Amino acid sequence: MGKPRENAEKGRRMEALWLSLKLAACVAAILLAIGMPVAYWLAYSSWRGRFLLESIVALPLVLPPTVLGFYALVAMGPRGPLGKLWIALFGHGLAFTFGGLILASVLYSFPFAVQPLIASFEAVDRRLLDASEVLGAGAFRTFWQVILPLSLPGVVTASVLSFAHTLGEFGVVLMVGGNLAGVTRTVSIDIYDHVQSLEYGAANRMAVVLLVISFAVLSVVYAVNRRVWTPWAAK
Amino acid sequence: MDAVGGEVTQPMLAARIRKERSSPGASSFVLDVSIEVPPGITILFGASGAGKSTLLDCIAGLTRPNEGRITIGSDVFFDSARAIHIPAPRRRIAYVFQTLALFPHLTAEENVAYGLQDLPEEERRKRIGAILNAFRVEKLTKQKPGDISGGEKQRIALARSLVTEPRVLLLDEPLTGLDAELKAAIVDDLRAWNTAKAIPVLYVTHNRDEVDSLGERVIALDNGRVVSAGAPMDVLNAPRRKKLAQAAGFENLLDATVLDLREADGVMRVKLGESVCEIEVPLGYAAVGSRVQVAVRAGDILLATERPRGLSARNVMEGSILSLEQRGTMVIARVDCGVTFVAHITPGAVRALELTAGRRVWLVLKTHSCHLVD
Repeated sequence: MGKPRENAEKGRRMEALWLSLKLAACVAAILLAIGMPVAYWLAYSSWRGRFLLESIVALPLVLPPTVLGFYALVAMGPRGPLGKLWIALFGHGLAFTFGGLILASVLYSFPFAVQPLIASFEAVDRRLLDASEVLGAGAFRTFWQVILPLSLPGVVTASVLSFAHTLGEFGVVLMVGGNLAGVTRTVSIDIYDHVQSLEYGAANRMAVVLLVISFAVLSVVYAVNRRVWTPWAAK
Repeated sequence: MDAVGGEVTQPMLAARIRKERSSPGASSFVLDVSIEVPPGITILFGASGAGKSTLLDCIAGLTRPNEGRITIGSDVFFDSARAIHIPAPRRRIAYVFQTLALFPHLTAEENVAYGLQDLPEEERRKRIGAILNAFRVEKLTKQKPGDISGGEKQRIALARSLVTEPRVLLLDEPLTGLDAELKAAIVDDLRAWNTAKAIPVLYVTHNRDEVDSLGERVIALDNGRVVSAGAPMDVLNAPRRKKLAQAAGFENLLDATVLDLREADGVMRVKLGESVCEIEVPLGYAAVGSRVQVAVRAGDILLATERPRGLSARNVMEGSILSLEQRGTMVIARVDCGVTFVAHITPGAVRALELTAGRRVWLVLKTHSCHLVD
């Protein structure tokens, strides 16, 4: 194995890793922004049809990623509604682009962001919300000053899980993004690629990176949920 | 405190509320009350489940009544006829919850400042300093609720509510779990504060002692209805409802049948339970042969080891002691007179009279210690 080839492999590895991290970070940020209002509504709504939305949110948990990816691809394609809209707006299609990847990943990781948020919002003592209200605070202030600070472990869990889940996804990316170097070839696709070409050493080097990151991320989730870092933990 | 000269300084809270609560499985509950709370402390008294917290939630604006009208002076907070419902944040009604609901992630000072965010910095500082002083918690400003004691938490919760200069104060058993001395100290501070402000205070409790120490007026609630209202003595010494009687500390609740009415004497004779035991009780709205319930405090019953003579008390019953049970500085005696009475006596009396289980005794009961309940 010559030096240039080693460098090329390293470059490709870094590119894939960078792409995966960028995708995961974007998806986690978007999910936090969308997930909070959705989770707030699901946690506090008394609407009887709430279960329908809850089912939709949980759907990606049980659906094979290829099914989700397939529908996302169809919607994003040049004849799909989303694809048409995208072309009209930006002049190019959505499928096989980084933007398309983000969109599909957001759908796929949705429950991983929303469910911890719902759980932590619901765990906030209702009387604290009542207290905030009688002290003159509206719903918005109550959310920022009471619900959110007390749900911090849930917020951390939500962002870390959606980050990690996006980092490791495969099926959806393959369906929607394909395998374009620097655009849609994420770490998991790259590993698959290496294995297909029987480059087990290279596959292993990438796989170890994912393994380590995943372990670190889950450690953060569990540590936070044991309230290691929350200063107001009950004594 | 009412101002001198017949002029009331602060407006009165008036609430007419009908609120239905149906939960699947449980029988539905209807709160249907009409109350007036003038400036000063009014006790809302009743057994748990009587609807006290629901009533406070409606007044505060946290729960919307099905029907009714809630006003303070000329300000209307809720009026179902005119579709008015002022949301809780704009009512300026302070509410101290049973759980206190201090924000655990904020310091005591930040908790107190929570309701003052619209004020300029200087004014806010001034008010917080004053209220922390008034409730003697100025040293705790930087501590979080998890780090301070129960009594201090209660003081912080009161300060947080009162610093907003509310028009009405609602207190839902805020002093539960404190010892009597601490409770009295906090109540004194609260009373001192309200001497100056003179706002209507509605204080929920089911603790008889708190009623006695605080009460200027009492509203007794049972099963969603106001069953009586007035001075504490009048309301609680003659409970007209069974649950209220239990809550007010009437240990003996006995079924009885009316034997005859003696209108001239203002009394009637009743037979207790299925026994032959007859006692004289105050005259009530009951016909001969009808069934009534009689409530008697365990502390109102005298025990004698010989048949007493020459007493003004009209009811003397012979029986035997079933059991003696010491609880603190009090002995609970259960006596069988055909029906079982519970009497409270002192350990000294037990020794002096050499009371033991099985001993023959006479119970003495004044007519007016017997109260009829519905």
